[in-house]
Amino acid sequence: MSEAVAPALLAAPRAPGLNWRRAVPLLLVAPLLAFMLALYAAPVLAMLSRSLLEPAPTLAHYIELAGDEVFLKVFTNTLSTTVTVTLGTLLLGYPIALGMARARRLLPLILVIVLLPFWTSVLVRSYAWMVLLGRHGLVNEVLLALGLLDRPMRLLNTPLATQIAMVHILLPYMILPIANALRQIDPSLARAAAGLGAGPFGVFRQVTLPLSMPGVMAGVLLVFVLSLGFYITPALVGGPRDMTLSMLIAQRVEQLDWAYAATLSAVLLATALAIIALFQRVFGVGTAFRMSAR
Amino acid sequence: MRLLGGGLLTLLLAFLGLPILLVGIVSFSSATYLTFPPPEFGLRWYRAYLGARDWLDATWLSLAVAAAVVVVSTLLGTLAAIGLARLPRGLRVAATGLILSPLIVPGIVVAIGVYYAYSRYGLVGSPLGLVLAHSCLAVPFVVTSVSASFAGLDPRLEQAALSLGATPFGTFRQVTLPLIRPGVLVGALFAFITSFDELIVSLFLSGQGAVTLPRRMWDDLRYAIDPTIAAVSTLTVVLTALLMGAAHWLKRRGERLHTP
Amino acid sequence: MEGASVTLSGLEKRYENFGAVRGVSIDIRSGEFLTLLGPSGSGKTTTLMMIAGFETPSAGDIAIDGRSVVALPPHRRNIGMVFQNYALFPHLTVAENIGFPLKQRGVPKPERARLVEEALELVRLPGYGARQPRQLSGGQQQRVALARAIVFKPRLLLMDEPLGALDKQLRESLQLEMRRLHADLGITFIYVTHDQEEALTMSDRIAVMNEGRVAQIGAPEELYDRPENRFVASFIGESNFLPATVRGREDGVLVAECAGTLVRATCAGTPATGEAVTLATRPERLRFVDGAWPAPPPANRMPVTVTEAVFVGERCRYLLRAEDGTALVLKEPSSAATRRREAGERAEVAWSVADTILV
Ligand SMILES: Nc1ncnc2c1ncn2[C@@H]1O[C@H](COP(=O)(O)OP(=O)(O)OP(=O)(O)O)[C@@H](O)[C@H]1O
Ligand SMILES: [Mg+2]
Repeated sequence: MSEAVAPALLAAPRAPGLNWRRAVPLLLVAPLLAFMLALYAAPVLAMLSRSLLEPAPTLAHYIELAGDEVFLKVFTNTLSTTVTVTLGTLLLGYPIALGMARARRLLPLILVIVLLPFWTSVLVRSYAWMVLLGRHGLVNEVLLALGLLDRPMRLLNTPLATQIAMVHILLPYMILPIANALRQIDPSLARAAAGLGAGPFGVFRQVTLPLSMPGVMAGVLLVFVLSLGFYITPALVGGPRDMTLSMLIAQRVEQLDWAYAATLSAVLLATALAIIALFQRVFGVGTAFRMSAR
Repeated sequence: MRLLGGGLLTLLLAFLGLPILLVGIVSFSSATYLTFPPPEFGLRWYRAYLGARDWLDATWLSLAVAAAVVVVSTLLGTLAAIGLARLPRGLRVAATGLILSPLIVPGIVVAIGVYYAYSRYGLVGSPLGLVLAHSCLAVPFVVTSVSASFAGLDPRLEQAALSLGATPFGTFRQVTLPLIRPGVLVGALFAFITSFDELIVSLFLSGQGAVTLPRRMWDDLRYAIDPTIAAVSTLTVVLTALLMGAAHWLKRRGERLHTP
Repeated sequence: MEGASVTLSGLEKRYENFGAVRGVSIDIRSGEFLTLLGPSGSGKTTTLMMIAGFETPSAGDIAIDGRSVVALPPHRRNIGMVFQNYALFPHLTVAENIGFPLKQRGVPKPERARLVEEALELVRLPGYGARQPRQLSGGQQQRVALARAIVFKPRLLLMDEPLGALDKQLRESLQLEMRRLHADLGITFIYVTHDQEEALTMSDRIAVMNEGRVAQIGAPEELYDRPENRFVASFIGESNFLPATVRGREDGVLVAECAGTLVRATCAGTPATGEAVTLATRPERLRFVDGAWPAPPPANRMPVTVTEAVFVGERCRYLLRAEDGTALVLKEPSSAATRRREAGERAEVAWSVADTILV
């Protein structure tokens, strides 16, 4: 929703409107920096440092992870969920973005349908899927009524439920950057391609798709990184045995195993940062992440 | 071909929109348990919500925390956004990185980090702890929003004010501030919603003494689902939608101000 | 009211290692209409910004009425300024915009309202006070900006391409209005433009800028008739440049050989005999020599061949070639009575010594 405002933050300063004395900008930023350093950065770093300092300075916790079956299983599960969800949002999101780019009269309606879930809390949306997928939920009722089932199927608390709910929750993050990229494509390009003899599918494959790739990459990055840290949805609609990294961290904190929780947190954070860095390097879309705005 | 595309789009949009609509419908059910379609409609669960002390307490706490977060994060964030654009480049990039990092750092990492540190200062189970942590999460939205309206501000307007004899502070008060006000308000709305909807940090910081609405909903969903939560969900969705609508309107108005 | 006098001495502005303004010295007289004219990037805006106080000079001094203002912040300089994009405050009404400088100076409200209405009348927009700036046309917005810049009676008004965004017709009518305002107010105007016609019509004096320096400063006729260098000769109006070799002087007039003929030119300097120089002359000051020429004929003559003839309505434009291949342009007022020449035709052109200058 705050459409790519972040690049503006990094852009060169404007021509000097006010003749600011040197120190004034710093004095303006300092309170926030102090606030965030003391109440956010320092706490997180202090917590993370437990992974290196318990009981004495050591890398042992990280080395142990390599042979830790619980961690490996959870990590693999988190990554595979993330990949599935990313692909799912891409598959469903691209057509919607295309529809948004083509729609005229219906655009406001589509926008509301896309943005309303975007603005609704993750908790409420997870709850919605509990209603839908529960034993007496809508899906089961419909399938029973159609005679496709003779008794309710277990849908809730399965990996599939997690994936469906996460796709639903993260879909807007995929749709918006793609729609943005599609909107910026000059329509005369498609007409020119058609004029040169390309069929509708040819136009899409050779013009629209390549030109929308920056949006696709931004969307993929956003969804990938956000789903990596998902906690609420898998905890509510997922199965008890398919944990995500975030759930494992929370569990270890409850057991007061701070060193382990800190090590896992560091791994989770490092994975997210590595993916952002990779995308920035390879596709140059790293800053796109900042527009995430919920 | 067109029809097929239209059908597919409708289906996909239904996937997006229906689940939330469903919660709204369920909230008007009169059944004692969760079922769909509801056997009868009524306001039973809204009455249940309004009659339940713990739900109402949680609601008030969430509103109060969010209001405090708005004050803290808007004040700090607006000042910072003003200064940020005028910092030397190296410092600007570093400061921006820190300020926007809550958008990237996974929620659970922030949550257990603040829990780890705040617990030593008695900030767990207190609204103050929630306000401080939520403010850090809300600040990126304020800073991006205010910075965007700054970027859209014509520097010549400030120069004009100075040339007409306004002091630098007078220029800020009479020209700069009114022109970035929509951006500040949009940032404030985002900050409110960020805090009002926040769950992961609250799970760790709420303790027994500061149960927020999302935390109360979470407890309910984990242990005993009754349709009260559908009513609560519907109310929060409506509230959020109204605030976002307001933010959208403000943003449009702000853009108009910048292109006379 | 007396206009301010402004002295720029050795003014410089460097950005990193690029010199935007490189040593500008101008004495602007009280009540003068001075225009800074020059191509894009020549440092006009930068010079104006230094006078207004938005840029700090890297070297040199700016004095207003003999007092240096370099250390003074912009809001204490009491200089009116009009920007190219008007820079009207979009959140204030027209009246509030114009009242803004008065409010800063603590003028009481009733007095303010009176002065605002007076200023609106001065720019011919009476009764427009309650409007929002965006409800006005471009020309009206510019007049509001003008009213706002003069309502507090500054003694110096700076304008940076104030008419740049307007169409030609509107621009011409506002040019006249600016001149009228200048005459009525009696204050000093420093005006920036890259439109030479605008500069020639409006200014008392023009400072032609090129690459951060003043190429020449003088009254419009002076710049047109006696450009001091090739840049001014070609930037203001059109010029024919003739490569020549100095042969000597005769009665204070320079004699040079050009395309095989002797040409005379007015010249203040004393170039040595044998030196290679360039002479300049305006296309509309060349004439074809034929029986109809009024006596006595101008002193300079040269045989040419017509290479192209273009009819442009009010006049005819001929491209000519001298014997040595030098290209010349001749402009002749069109008249049904004059014979039109054909391409390939041989002819002789003549022009007066006074219209020939050394650049
Ligand atoms: N802040 C700056 N940093 C670096 N270079 C600058 C800056 N401002 C201006 N310049 C350079 O200084 C030179 C003069 O600029 P200036 O704006 O004074 O030109 P101008 O004569 O007003 O041109 P125009 O007719 O296009 O407005 C230009 O080459 C410009 O690129
Ligand atoms: Mg300029």
